[in-house]
Order: sequence, then structure tokens, then C-alpha cells
Amino acid sequence: MHRTKVRIVEDALDANNTIARANRDDFDRHRVSVVNLMSAPGAGKTTLLERALATPLDGVRVGVLEGDVQGSFDSDRLASLHIPVTQLNTDPGFGGECHLDANMVRSALPALPLDEIDLLVIENVGNLVCPAEFRVGEDARAMVCSVTEGEDKPLKYPLMFRTCELVVVNKIDLLPHLEFDLDKFLYHLDQVHPGVERMLVSARTGEGVGAWRDWLSAVAARETALA
Amino acid sequence: MHELSIATAVVNTACKHADGRPVAVVSMRVGALRGVVPDSLRFYFEIVARDTVCEGAVLDLTELDLELRCGDCGCRWSPDLPIFRCRACGGADVAIESGEELEVDYIEVSEQEAQCIGPR
Repeated sequence: MHRTKVRIVEDALDANNTIARANRDDFDRHRVSVVNLMSAPGAGKTTLLERALATPLDGVRVGVLEGDVQGSFDSDRLASLHIPVTQLNTDPGFGGECHLDANMVRSALPALPLDEIDLLVIENVGNLVCPAEFRVGEDARAMVCSVTEGEDKPLKYPLMFRTCELVVVNKIDLLPHLEFDLDKFLYHLDQVHPGVERMLVSARTGEGVGAWRDWLSAVAARETALA
Repeated sequence: MHELSIATAVVNTACKHADGRPVAVVSMRVGALRGVVPDSLRFYFEIVARDTVCEGAVLDLTELDLELRCGDCGCRWSPDLPIFRCRACGGADVAIESGEELEVDYIEVSEQEAQCIGPR
């Protein structure tokens, strides 16, 4: 018995990326733009969607794919918006994956009304580490970071903050009650991802939510522009 | 948890290329920006590799520092913190020369008959 060296030089996540491209092709075929929305648990992704979609976007039909480890708490909350919401649990039993990957999203495709929507928002599992590694077929990646999380987060999770083209800073209504130094946070953000687009919002009061709605509409328009 | 997902992907990649032969070594290049904890990755690798051709294989990790290069002034440096503004001129046109890798470089297989089965 002898040993043979087999050169591979392949991204370890290559298999995921291949499925992500297949998802993207399917979304493109249906002219659906896709946003992968990520954050730490409790940053306010669902509340931000509730606020933004309480009134329909002009000319943009939105659907939501809710990724959670378990339960349908988030999709139940969005049910009152009267838009298509699909729940995707990473494990049907107890203790599933901490992120969505391309294959999980692929398994949800048959349940998505792709012909009835222009924009799909995929709300990823709350986690600042793993979701950054796994593409799911999205056109744009955005993240929510709330002011209760600390100014140093961009330095602690650089992959996440660098992979997103938009950082939504949420819960700014709480700033007067916190010691959070917003300037310091924005300085760290600029060091980790120079020039990244950012917006300051409060999903609770609605402040800044108009800009978030405009951004979603702009992402939806990208697919139309390509079509 | 991050390392579990990566270990699963690495075992799948190695199995795919092993073509049924038992794997003795899996060699990887891991950049600092990927935030991988080497001991944690080895721990999960051993578990995920069980009942596959990678069972008992050594996971050999080459860790690569983050190395940056400024497109404006040409400065090259290796930051301690993930700071992507040029430390010389403050410019934002900074390219990553190394530090983003997460790749299976090569595997060493034993030439004998065996069947590859995916990780559980």
C-alpha cells in the first residue's frame, strides 16, 4: 500500500456556492431580486420588516422567507402584512443549523410563489458568524446591527460586516438611555468596511424606515434593469 | 458551530476527490479572516469523518495571516485587527492579498479498495 497525493485547491464551500448559483439562476428566471438579511439574535430584523412592509412598496411585490432554527414565531408576526411568508426551519426536530445554506433555501423553492413577487427577503437565522460564510443565491446582503450590541462588533465579526453592502443600525431611539458611542461604532465600521452604505433607524418609532424601504425598492429594481 | 459546518464541507470535499480510497491526510489553507479555531475544526473533523473514507485522517492546517495592500500608495502590511483602511495613507482601496482562504489544498490517499460514503 502506498500513498498518493491528490491536489485539490478547492474552496471548502464550493459545493454550497454551486447550489447558490443554481438558486440564483432560478430567481433570475422568475425576475425576483433576493436580499439575504442577517444579524445577531434580537437585533430587530423581523420588526424592521414589519415596519417597512406595513404599507406595500410602490410597484414591488415582496415575499419573505423566514429562516429559524425552530418555530414559526417570526412568520406568525408577519402574517398580518398579507404578503407571502414562507417558514424554513433548519431542523424539524430539536437543535438545527445556526444558519441557512444554499441547499436549505433550494428545498424551500417549491413553496415560494416566485411568479407573484418581485423581491424576496430571506431573513437568516440570527447569528453573526456562520451566515456570512454561506451564500444562498442572493443578489444583495444586508445586516442589522442594533445599538445595544456594543461599538466593537465590526472588529469582532469582520467577515459579516465586510460581506454586507448595507448596514442598518437599529434601535436608535434607545441612544439617550445607553452609553453606546455611535461615532465610535461608525468609525469601527468604516475601518472594517470602508465606505459601506449605512442607515440609522428605529423600527420601533419608524425613524429612518423610509430609507430602508427605498433601499429594498432599489434592490428590486436591479432585476428589472437586467431583464 | 461555525467549525462544524466547515468540517462537514471539508470532509465532503475530501471524499469527493478521494474516489473511494482511504484518506490519510487532508491539508487545508485557512486565512485569519475566516475566524476558524484550529482545535475546534480538528475536533469536529474527527467526528464528521467517522464512517467515511476520511475516518482517522490527519487534518493539517496551514494558517495564513491577513495581508493587505493599498491600491493608492502601494503600502503592504499585516494588521493585528481587521482594519481595512490603509495604515499609511488612510485610503479605502485596500486589497486582501491573503487571509481569506478556506480551501482544501490536497489530500493524501492510500491506494487500496474502499468505498466512499458521505458524512452522517
